[in-house]
Amino acid sequence: MSDESNAPQTPLQQTVLHAEHKALGGRLVPFAGYEMPVQYAGVVKEHQAVRTAAGLFDVCHMGELVLSGEYAAQVVDYLVTNDCSRLQDGQALYTCCCNEDGKVLDDLIVYKAARDRFLIVCNASNRAKIVGVFKKAAENHCDFEDVSDKTALLALQGPKAFEILARCGGDGPGLSQLRPFSFTDGVLCNVRATVARTGYTGEDGVEIFCDLADAPSLWRQLLEIGREFGIEPCGLACRDTLRLEARLSLYGNEIDETTNPLEAGLGWVVKFEKEMFVGKEALKAAKEAGLPRKLVGFEVTGKGIARHGYPLQDKDGNVVGICTSGSPAPTLNKNIGLGYLPAALAEVGTEFFVDCRGKAIAAIVVKTPFYKRSKGN
Amino acid sequence: MSTVPADLQYTKDHEWARVEGRKVTVGVTAFAVEQLGDITLVSLDAKVGQKIEAGKAFGTIESVKTLSDLYAPLSGTIVEVNGALDSAPELVNDDCYGKAWMIVLEADADVTGLLNAADYEAHLAKQ
Repeated sequence: MSDESNAPQTPLQQTVLHAEHKALGGRLVPFAGYEMPVQYAGVVKEHQAVRTAAGLFDVCHMGELVLSGEYAAQVVDYLVTNDCSRLQDGQALYTCCCNEDGKVLDDLIVYKAARDRFLIVCNASNRAKIVGVFKKAAENHCDFEDVSDKTALLALQGPKAFEILARCGGDGPGLSQLRPFSFTDGVLCNVRATVARTGYTGEDGVEIFCDLADAPSLWRQLLEIGREFGIEPCGLACRDTLRLEARLSLYGNEIDETTNPLEAGLGWVVKFEKEMFVGKEALKAAKEAGLPRKLVGFEVTGKGIARHGYPLQDKDGNVVGICTSGSPAPTLNKNIGLGYLPAALAEVGTEFFVDCRGKAIAAIVVKTPFYKRSKGN
Repeated sequence: MSTVPADLQYTKDHEWARVEGRKVTVGVTAFAVEQLGDITLVSLDAKVGQKIEAGKAFGTIESVKTLSDLYAPLSGTIVEVNGALDSAPELVNDDCYGKAWMIVLEADADVTGLLNAADYEAHLAKQ
């Protein structure tokens, strides 16, 4: 470990829950310009809490944009690959936002609050870029506001999430009626909030938007009420292992401005039947030409752990692809990964090697998601 | 706080060394284990009989989130490798100063230059 004292000193932002993380003994690390908790009790313990009970995440660093006005719906729909016109008020969808080349600028959740009002949640690391894209497109067409710095976002995830919400008073008990990818305004623990049945863990649960001033109180009350259900405060480390088991893409790993949604397995959020959207022509051409590579899930069968950036080799040792994410999977007790392989090597059951720092470790393409929660959980 | 046994010597890279004459047993400290978290893989690449130089990697240790190299605290010949860690990497979390020893070296020269427990604790205080 060397002191990087000559590294540029960009001051890190803190979320409104910073003092809570310190009080809970969270280990704070720089992430997307913020000082964020990477873990509290430990990644495996937190991961298991989300799979079997509940976990609470600070995701205040995410970006939130509001587009409103008569033509807000058209602006949003033009910028994203999924079809927002089918959303009812109070419904949300997952989508990509591409450039004209059909490459991924970010992945987003679009929430339709009303016919003329949309909330967009983007990755913290892409906030400036996405703000730029949406602000420019909104010009002369609809109102745009970046509300990231006045919006707190907490994620309560896990099979016990709704039992915990039911004890939060106000509108908590009714939230189990909320359908997946729907959201509603309400009061929880005496705090006015917007609650969405969305998440990034592969588990049931909600994401809760509230005012900055209310976030610490809501955070503390959820942990207090959740204690008897086995809730844990959860950091970025388990957020990553949870999303990987569920095969959810991470921007900067599986998707970025060198990848298109089709090869990333996100063709289901690209709606070619839409009249127009940014990147449509390029994506159509890519689809018609056939995809040279595909994102696959794999299990490491040899003794090793695949990591982001490790080369993937065919059976003759030729480098043919790259690992985008890899980790031990705490729920599965296996070492798993995602990566790009040539289409011919992307079939389930194909054997290949991961170059783990010079050692060729055997791996096999498997079906994904690696983990799927059982229904009724 | 992490424990720092008084009878061991240390490196700034958070390896410990139990020095018995020129026979030196090597492992990683509780501080290193705390930083890494749940250990999921220990790869000891060094082979018995192999010569190794101080500061050179003799293997890697991986947790869920990260990988770290393991460095030889001094130059010598490897006389033992702890094969138990191959199938039970969690021993490092359970007993880093005991069952999770990693290699035993026969040092090339009398052992000097390592940190004593007090110096290592002072080093940790700066982390």
